[in-house]
Amino acid sequence: MLGQRRFLIETLTAIGLIAVPFVLPYLGSAPNTVNRILVWGLFGIGFDILFGYTGLLSFGQSALYGTGGFVAAYLLTRAGFPHVILALIIGMIAAAIVGCLVGLIALRRTGIYFAMITVAIAEVFYFVEFNPLSAWTGGENGLPGVPTPSFYLGFTTIHFTSGWSLYPFLALCYFIGIVLALRIVRSPVGAIFSAIRENPLRAAALGHNIHAYKLTAFVVAAAYAGFAGGLLGVLQAFMPPEAFTFDTSGQLVIQTAIGGRGTLFGPLLGAAVWLFLQDFLQATLGLGAAWKLVLGLVFVLLICFLRNGIIGGFKDLYRYLRSTRGTPADLQESASLPGLGADDEPTAAAAEGARNPAARPINPRHHAGTDATVPVLQATGLTKHYGGVIANADIDFTVNQGELRGIIGPNGAGKSTFFKMLTCEVPPTSGKIVFEGRDITGMNVVDVCQLGLTKSYQVNQLFNRLTVRENVTIAALAERRGKFRLDMLRSPSKISGLREQVERTLELVNLTARRDTPVSQLAYGEKRRLEVGLALAASPTLLLLDEPLAGMSPGERAETVKLLKSISQGRTMIIIDHDMDALFELAERITVLQEGRVLVEGKPDEIKRNPQVQEAYLGGMHEVQVTQ
Amino acid sequence: MISWPNFLSQLFNGLAQGALLALISSGLTIIYGTLGVLNLAHGAMFMLGGYAGYVAYEASGSFVVAVIAGTLFLGIVGVVMERVIIRHFYSRPPEDQLLVTFGLGICFVEVVRFFFSSLTKTVPPPRLLTGITSLGIMVYPTYRLALVGIVALALLALFIVLYRTRLGMIVRAGIEDSLMVDSLGIDVYRVFMVVFGIGAMAAGFAGIVNAPVVSLTPDVGEAILVQTFVVVVIGGVGSFTGAVLGGLIAGEIISLTSMVNPGYAYVMLFAAMTLVLVVRPHGLLGTRGRE
Repeated sequence: MLGQRRFLIETLTAIGLIAVPFVLPYLGSAPNTVNRILVWGLFGIGFDILFGYTGLLSFGQSALYGTGGFVAAYLLTRAGFPHVILALIIGMIAAAIVGCLVGLIALRRTGIYFAMITVAIAEVFYFVEFNPLSAWTGGENGLPGVPTPSFYLGFTTIHFTSGWSLYPFLALCYFIGIVLALRIVRSPVGAIFSAIRENPLRAAALGHNIHAYKLTAFVVAAAYAGFAGGLLGVLQAFMPPEAFTFDTSGQLVIQTAIGGRGTLFGPLLGAAVWLFLQDFLQATLGLGAAWKLVLGLVFVLLICFLRNGIIGGFKDLYRYLRSTRGTPADLQESASLPGLGADDEPTAAAAEGARNPAARPINPRHHAGTDATVPVLQATGLTKHYGGVIANADIDFTVNQGELRGIIGPNGAGKSTFFKMLTCEVPPTSGKIVFEGRDITGMNVVDVCQLGLTKSYQVNQLFNRLTVRENVTIAALAERRGKFRLDMLRSPSKISGLREQVERTLELVNLTARRDTPVSQLAYGEKRRLEVGLALAASPTLLLLDEPLAGMSPGERAETVKLLKSISQGRTMIIIDHDMDALFELAERITVLQEGRVLVEGKPDEIKRNPQVQEAYLGGMHEVQVTQ
Repeated sequence: MISWPNFLSQLFNGLAQGALLALISSGLTIIYGTLGVLNLAHGAMFMLGGYAGYVAYEASGSFVVAVIAGTLFLGIVGVVMERVIIRHFYSRPPEDQLLVTFGLGICFVEVVRFFFSSLTKTVPPPRLLTGITSLGIMVYPTYRLALVGIVALALLALFIVLYRTRLGMIVRAGIEDSLMVDSLGIDVYRVFMVVFGIGAMAAGFAGIVNAPVVSLTPDVGEAILVQTFVVVVIGGVGSFTGAVLGGLIAGEIISLTSMVNPGYAYVMLFAAMTLVLVVRPHGLLGTRGRE
């Protein structure tokens, strides 16, 4: 596929941009249209990072586009500032700062609220530009007379004016923009952006500060918008107040959706479709004002039937053709692949669930001064009420270094709530949790995961449209990089130990052969193993597993029990499950919860023989038999 | 200088605009609360209601007929839109729902522009309610005064439907937990269709009763849509009473700020929204977990 060879996309983009002025004039396209497409395309790159990659749909990008544009235009016209490039950069920085402030407000809420707030904010900017700030912005007249850039090279001066003469400058800006964006989306930060789009809750539970990353995406989008806004002024020699209108934001959203979100090039393609169609419908077909109706209909149809836009459609088509034409080869390939992970096993058995016995467990992180005699986890008086419902009441619970503890209990005993409190997903009503000697009560899930306590979920919480390897990488990144870091231009391959950690985790959960498969195409048992793998890749000192065996076939259960045994070495684990045989085999000690309280705690044999436990599980049976 | 009569008449303007916003926003909020779809075409539906009423008025000469026709037409538009397009989007991510309703809004606006051009159209108020009324210390246009009452009646009707009927009970239950309603053996998809129709009718009704106050243009819905967002954020998503409260607050903010300087109306509205977001992120009457 594209993108595997280094700099392939960059090279192709450069060739394309250089070829345009030699090819397009013969197709009858005006240079001004091409230049406008480039400005929209650059504006859209930032928006695609925000919407296509991070999943935040903003209808308020016009505010940042206008801000950047007017700051640059003001400097170049009214303030008499001579350097065009520097003015554009100052405009970009201004937009980024404004974006940071706007983001702080808009990102207080997610999803639909976020979209509504961005619309409202953009509308405010429009009115502010027209009234309170009209002395600076020219109000409804805008700012005329924005100069074009020129470069003094020592012996000669290159002056970009308009039309094809301005094109090289805009093309260069676009090229730099796309190169930076490609680096950003391939960086660890880019991986986390996608994780936030796919499953923000899990991204946070793995120890990423998602709020900070969302704000980062917003600021990046603002910077692109600000620079593009400045270019709009340069391109038209006039900064139009229309840059601030809702129409601007709407047009950007439509172009990105038409071209294909999450592709970086989608907005450019969308802008080309939009502007060429506009010219074609208006001039050639003479439709007049009705052109927008046609484009509106095209847009609605596209959303209904081609949700990833034109580029997404081509990608799907490419994949479809590949899968129909290449069936026999692909089958062979996928049949031979699982053998890689299990040299000494028969292939048939290896196809599902067998693992390389040589796989080494990932070492949990070691904290200096961790004393083996101090309990890893100690909960005292842990209580949780949901309104009048008591989920957990007064639980005292201690787990020692290296222990493998099982928790059983009938449905509704409060097992999952107990886990949620331990990982600080929900705050306890009362009680205290101490992890490795540190009081973590009331901390948030991100920090707790960073301390080395995480869990695998009862219901799979994966990043569905990403591959297995990307999923595990996102989990491992949190441990390698901490909860927030701005290494936006770094390649993940440069992070020491990341690759090994990912490979080892994949090996351990026996998904090495499936590493490049998107999660949505995995079988249930594989997803379940990946769920454990995600928690494992975070290298926790204390690993909580919420029903790791749920929904598995007997064969898969046996394999998973083996897996759990191997990962328990040198690690402290707590497992909730309904499969008692498995737990009795795995755990050293078992805690039985019933109706939110600890019923009894002890060695598996003691638990098996305990009459209270038998009563809890089989309780009522006698009475039922009697009444019958 | 701000005089008492001026202040009072602005207060009344705010009340009228607030009531109108409350009606449109409650349509938006019950649709979102029940279906989980934020209808970005809601502003365009408000505009469509105005134009449908205009056509009916031109044909019949009766304002009452115009109001009924405008409201019913929007009910039909809502039901058809839900059946043909929106229902395919329940299982798709919220961004897609936003995109498709946004696109439909553009189509509505452009269709109207195509048939009626961008020039303004006017619907006169009914003869009974023309002229001005003296309210002691000030005089006030009769229709605007009546508008407050008309919209209040519509809100009351909506309240009765939501809180005093079986359908309303199902809708409110659906806002709390539509999965639960579904598992009780109620066909939620039919309820969804009816709710979308009711929400559209609320917008359409608001559009036509507001037509005598403002001139109709195809773009009249856009500003209203933004204002209803602020109302919903202030009041809390999915809350009918929140929409009414938020509407009145927003109406008064716009109106009273305009008295001092119209340029700052939106800034103040936005400041109020920010304040609510900081102090009560889920809105004045919203509850947690409806996102």
